[in-house]
Amino acid sequence: MTTMNVEDMQVIYQHPTSLLDIHTHYCPGCTHGVAHRLVAEVIDEMNLRDQCIGVASVGCSVFAYNYFDFDFIQSPHGRAPAMATGVKRVHPGKIVLTYQGDGDMISIGTGEITHAAARGENITVIFINNANYGMTGGQMAPTTLPGQKTTSSPKGRDVEQAGYPIRASEMLATLDGAGYIARRSLHDPKNIRLAKKAIRTAFEAQVRGLGFSMVELLSTCPTNWHLAPAAAGKWLEENMLPYFPLGDYKVHTALKDLKF
Amino acid sequence: MSRELWKGNEAIAEAAVRAGLQAYFGYPITPQTEALEYLSWRLPELGRAFLQAESELGAINMVYGAACAGARTMTTTSSPGTSLMMEGLSYIAGTEVPMVLVDVVRGGPGLGNIAPAQGDYNQIVHGGGHGDYHPIVLAPASIQETINTVYEIFDIVEKYRTIGIVMVDGSIGQMMEPVALPAMKEVRKVWPSWAASATEGKRERNVLTSIYLDPKQEEITNLRLMKTWQEIEKNEIRYKEYFMEDAKFAVVGFGSAGRVALSAVRAARAEGIPVGLFRPISVSPFPKKQIFDLAQRLEGFFVVEMNSGMMLDDVLLASQGRIPVEFYGRMGGVMPFPDEILREIRLLHADGWKNEGHPRDRWLAKLETIVKEE
Repeated sequence: MTTMNVEDMQVIYQHPTSLLDIHTHYCPGCTHGVAHRLVAEVIDEMNLRDQCIGVASVGCSVFAYNYFDFDFIQSPHGRAPAMATGVKRVHPGKIVLTYQGDGDMISIGTGEITHAAARGENITVIFINNANYGMTGGQMAPTTLPGQKTTSSPKGRDVEQAGYPIRASEMLATLDGAGYIARRSLHDPKNIRLAKKAIRTAFEAQVRGLGFSMVELLSTCPTNWHLAPAAAGKWLEENMLPYFPLGDYKVHTALKDLKF
Repeated sequence: MSRELWKGNEAIAEAAVRAGLQAYFGYPITPQTEALEYLSWRLPELGRAFLQAESELGAINMVYGAACAGARTMTTTSSPGTSLMMEGLSYIAGTEVPMVLVDVVRGGPGLGNIAPAQGDYNQIVHGGGHGDYHPIVLAPASIQETINTVYEIFDIVEKYRTIGIVMVDGSIGQMMEPVALPAMKEVRKVWPSWAASATEGKRERNVLTSIYLDPKQEEITNLRLMKTWQEIEKNEIRYKEYFMEDAKFAVVGFGSAGRVALSAVRAARAEGIPVGLFRPISVSPFPKKQIFDLAQRLEGFFVVEMNSGMMLDDVLLASQGRIPVEFYGRMGGVMPFPDEILREIRLLHADGWKNEGHPRDRWLAKLETIVKEE
C-alpha cells in the first residue's frame, strides 16, 4: 500500500464559492440543487461572483438568494425580467441573472420575458421547466404535457379544455433580440454536463453584450409527480424530451466558435 | 430666476431630471404621456437610463429593480396604470426601497376618460396594494408647486426608504403655466450601502426581498414600517392656509379642487363672507392634527373634491364630530367651476350648517338635480 502526502494532492472538485455551503429546502431528487450548482460553478469559473446581481422569482426557487452567495433581489411573480431590466439599465457593466420556473416565466410572466427577449436585454435567464407548479403543490402549468395528471388537471391535461403546453425556447428564439437560447435536461450525468456548457455559453453571451440569453433546463419534480427520484428522471426522459426537444434554438454568430 | 412657460407633464419630467433622476421607466397613457415622451430624449442626452416598458406592470417592476440597484428612479402614469402598478408598489414598500411615482389622475372607474379627476385618492392614500404600508402622497395644485414637489420628494423617499407619490390631475399635466425651474443637482456617484449593485469584492452581499415566511419576522417588518410611518407623520405634514386667521368656516380641498376653491373663497371674501381655505398638500400623511385643531374654533368644514368624497372621510375622522362637515364634489372628469363652490359657500353662510344624515348623501341629492339641469 502506498501512502500519499496531502500536499501532493490536487483539489479537483469542491463546493462552488458562489454557492453557500448550507442545506437547501428543495425536495429529495429535485434538480433545482443541480441547476443551482451548475450556475454557481460557471460563475466561479468565469470569476463573475463579485459582479453578479441575481433576481429570484416566485416558486420553489423563491429562496434562491439563500443559496447563491452574491447580491440578490426578489421579484413579484413573473416580473423578474422587468426587475432585471431595471438593474441592468442602472448597472450595464454588471452581470444580471434571473432564475425562474415555468409557471413564473411562461404563464404569469409571459409579457415580461417576451419583451425582455425582444429588447435584447443583456441578461441571462435560467429557466426551470418541470411541467408543473411545484411550490403550490403540483398544479397544471403552461408546460404540463397533454394527458399529464396534476392537482388541477386530475384526469390529465385535456387539450380541448386547457389547451397546449408552451415551448418557451422555440417561441423566444423567434425574437431578434435573443442572443442565445438553448434547452438542456438535468435527468442524467451526461445531460447535466451539457447543461453546464449551455449555462456557460449564456453567461459568455452576456459578458460579450450579445443580447438576451436563456437556458431552459428540463427538471424533475419527484414530489408532485409522485415518483421516486430515479423514476422521475426516467419519466422526464420518456415524456418531456419528445415534447420539449433538447437543442440550441438561437446561437449568436459570435458564440459559434467558443471553446471552454 | 427667469420664468418660462412649461407644460405640466414636461415640467414634471424636467424637475425630476434636475433632482438627479437616474432611471425612468414608463408606459404611454393619457393624460401623462408627455412626461414619457420628454424623458425619452432628455435622459439619454444626459447619459441616464430611459426605457419604455411593455406595460405598467413592466414599468413599475423595472423601477423596482432600479430602486433595489440603488438608483434615483421614477415612473409616471395615470389612474388605470396606477391600478396596475399596485402590485409593484406593495412589493416596493415591503422591500423598503425608495422610488417616486407621479400619478396624473383621470376620470374613472374603468377606462373612464382622460379628463382631470381625483378618484385615485382612495387607491393611493388608503392602500390599493396588499399589506400594511403607507405611501407618502403629495398633491400640489399648480405646475410650479408640482415642480417643487417632484424636486423635493426624491430626498424624502430616500430618507425613509419608502415610496412617494405625486398625485396631480389631468389639468396639471396638460396645462401650461409660467414657472421657474430649480438648479440641476449632481447625479449620485456612490451607490447606497444597502443596494444590490454587485459587491465588487468590497462589501458583504446585499439581499433585498419582501418575503418573511415566519409571521413573527413579517410582523417585525410591519412594525418597522409603521415606526417609519410615525416618523413620516411627525415630519412630513404639508398644507397651505388662505384667509384662515379670522375665518368662521373653512373650505378643505387638495390639488386642483383646492385651487378652484381658492377662487371661490376669494370671491366670497369680497362679499364679506368669513371663509378660509385649508389646502392639504400631504394627503398622506394627512394633516389630522391641523384639522382637529381647526375644528376647535371653526363653525364647520366644507370639503370640495373632484371625486365622491374620498378625502371627506379623512376630514370627518380628523374633526371627530366636533363641527359639522359639508361636501361638494364633481366626479368622472368634471371639474367644478368657482361659481358652483361660491354658490355653496353662500348657502352655508346664509342658511347655516346641517347635521342630519351623512354629508355625502346630502350632496348626492343635490348633485342629481345639478346634473339634470346642466
